[in-house]
Amino acid sequence: MLIKLKVFRFDPEKEEKPTYQTFEIEADPMDRLLDCLNRIHWEQDPTLSFRMSCGHGVCGSDGMRINGICGLACQKLVKSFKEEVLIEPLPVFKVVKDLVVDLGPFFEKYNSIKPYLTTKTSPPDQERKQSPEEHKIFEEAIRCILCACCTASCPVNQNKETEGYVGPAALVRAFRYLFDSRDEASEERVALLDQKDGAGGCQTLWKCTEVCPKEIPVTKQIGRIKKRIYDAR
Amino acid sequence: MITQHDIVIVGAGLAGLRAAVECVDQADVAVVSKVFPTRSHSGAAQGGITASLGNEEEDHWEWHLFDTVKGSDYLGDQDAVEIMVRDAPRVIYELEHMGVPFSRTPEGKIAQRNFGGHTRDYGKKPVKRACYAADRTGRVVLDTLYDQCLRHQVKFYSENYVLSLVFDGKRCAGVVTYDLATGELHLLQAKAVLLATGGCGRIYKTTSNGFASTGDGIHLAYQSGIPLEDMEFIQFHPTGLYPLGILVSEAARGEGGFLRNRLGERFMERYAPMVKDLAARDVVSRAILTEIREGKGISGRGYVHLDLTHLGEEKIQERLWEIASFVRIYLGIDPVYDPIPVQPTCHYVMGGIPTDVDGRVLMDEKGTIAQGLFAAGECACVSVHGANRLGCNSLLDLLVFGRRSGLAMKQAISKVEHGTLTKDSLRATEEKIKKFFNVRGKEKIGEIRQRIQLLMMEKGSVFRNEEGLKKGIEEIRSLMEHYKNIGAVDKRKAFNFELMEAMELGHQLSLSEVILFSALHRRESRGAHYREDFPVRADRYFLKHTLVFQTPKGPDIRYKPVKITRFQPEARVY
Repeated sequence: MLIKLKVFRFDPEKEEKPTYQTFEIEADPMDRLLDCLNRIHWEQDPTLSFRMSCGHGVCGSDGMRINGICGLACQKLVKSFKEEVLIEPLPVFKVVKDLVVDLGPFFEKYNSIKPYLTTKTSPPDQERKQSPEEHKIFEEAIRCILCACCTASCPVNQNKETEGYVGPAALVRAFRYLFDSRDEASEERVALLDQKDGAGGCQTLWKCTEVCPKEIPVTKQIGRIKKRIYDAR
Repeated sequence: MITQHDIVIVGAGLAGLRAAVECVDQADVAVVSKVFPTRSHSGAAQGGITASLGNEEEDHWEWHLFDTVKGSDYLGDQDAVEIMVRDAPRVIYELEHMGVPFSRTPEGKIAQRNFGGHTRDYGKKPVKRACYAADRTGRVVLDTLYDQCLRHQVKFYSENYVLSLVFDGKRCAGVVTYDLATGELHLLQAKAVLLATGGCGRIYKTTSNGFASTGDGIHLAYQSGIPLEDMEFIQFHPTGLYPLGILVSEAARGEGGFLRNRLGERFMERYAPMVKDLAARDVVSRAILTEIREGKGISGRGYVHLDLTHLGEEKIQERLWEIASFVRIYLGIDPVYDPIPVQPTCHYVMGGIPTDVDGRVLMDEKGTIAQGLFAAGECACVSVHGANRLGCNSLLDLLVFGRRSGLAMKQAISKVEHGTLTKDSLRATEEKIKKFFNVRGKEKIGEIRQRIQLLMMEKGSVFRNEEGLKKGIEEIRSLMEHYKNIGAVDKRKAFNFELMEAMELGHQLSLSEVILFSALHRRESRGAHYREDFPVRADRYFLKHTLVFQTPKGPDIRYKPVKITRFQPEARVY
């Protein structure tokens, strides 16, 4: 089938404002949108820039805005679209070129929540024990691939006045460590998250949950962090 | 710009990150990666990591050793395999202590599952040896190691592509990188360089590998005069999702799934009576393709069925969530109710840059050490996988030898001072880039790449023969001529992916030649290398490692012996 991709183009070095360019491509209904972008890049216009790597929703490289909704180009099939698809970079972040955005601030915020297991007691010779039930609490959170679709979709992050909000992706990772039975720094974690731009920044707007390519119940997890903070007060 | 670090690690997958974590306490470490670290292809590993913990049933490292050696079709170096399997339990506990969220047994221990080729009591029946986190094991280990690197403030050069290795005399003294965001070249000077750049699956059309798996590091070493070892051994994973080639983990069979042909037969019973669907990957891949050749593919087409429908929704959701989601997204069917169409897919290269057991790169068959240069992970060949790797032994390899490389580098740099590199070291690379920008290319990168990928599927995949290999080499050489005429369409600096793809294509072409050349000269069948014209293993002639050297006249082949300590070669029956 013939599909049209209307793609956001912008080179901030040379152009004052973005333009949109429409590419036509003959595609199989089962092709991924990523396949279409690749064919445009390989066959029609090598100057089109976008990130990609694994091609099957594991690495998190090809997050972009597709018909207004953030998602992974490798997870969307041509058959789900009619005639024209609008492809734009993830919002919230600064565009570096075409569909490539500056993810520096995203990873800085991620780093700010101390994304690592913190223990105070010395480890046993073998594994630290954890029951399947304890593991299950954060099982969904470890699906996160840091694609940034949730943070890019969050109206709080999109609002210039509240853009300092750490964002849903960082909070999912915070949840993963806060609710890991092996972690021994919950007081510090709670203090770190109990801030205006921490879990308090979440306004429960559910956009993150709607777009998560790995079906993580992001908003609920942030809600549980808030409850933990509340209980600790 | 010249920047100095004690250690430069190229590649941010598990081997690179594990090495970084190991040496960051005593050295200034920088990790260079062509993608963001968490986008590295190690993250796509699904099924698990093997270790004889015995959490689910009795197990011993000696059994693990035997299975790995047998799996390698006796080409693995047994001293290195022994180091790896004995270290395995320590590796797993260490990961667990770092925070890796392993799935658990009811007693709260790390859960373990069956995997192909892993058996109890020297081949008697399958054993649960693979430690896992559902079917996202690689991803959670990658995330955990990345988090550890953040904690210890490892310096990352993300989205920097290494264009060449820099030598100060005979010593490797750094790398030249191309910063994708700015288009600038940088010289990173180092007292030790570790190549941890992964595999080259993207040489083949059907592959489970990410787009970044183009064999860059393997070829950078080859270009620098390092031979490549055992490159004829390319693993085709039996169950790639048809037609995309996306990995469907062996865990699916480990959890009880099995393969069926058009007639509904569980055909693996005929090929591997003892362990059936849990035979080694080369055996299962050949069985699937044999069924397809005999017209027993589903609807007479190029795939068979992987049947999980008897496992039940709960088990699939809990332990195979990722692959179930791939099947739903890409095929629109549900593995709880429908069998999954699968075909063998290029997955892993057993060969690579020859190293000793501490990651030191070896320059020849005598074991001469290349100063300052280390390699670990899929791009390296220790060799622990020989002619065929067992499932879940790769993550183990990355972690064991990533760490050992880190330890060895820490030691090595204590005796070395930075040499005096000048900007001259950048010049050759600058010229190369300039040339690419100035050539008015008639040839398209995409077309040449597509031709390589089809050619390698046809001539250099699971079944090979002399005629095909010779023809394949000829065609690759003709494509190399076409490659000289590619030039840049994109002249801009920021995120010029075309330039990176052009360099990758050069690596892919040259490695294709090495693979076919190595395969042509191995006139026997062993592990993943199957010659229709020489269908049996010939220990008398070929119980040895291939080494291919780059010379002005083309590739030159030499051999070195296999290290055999405990297990003499026997017939390999599953």
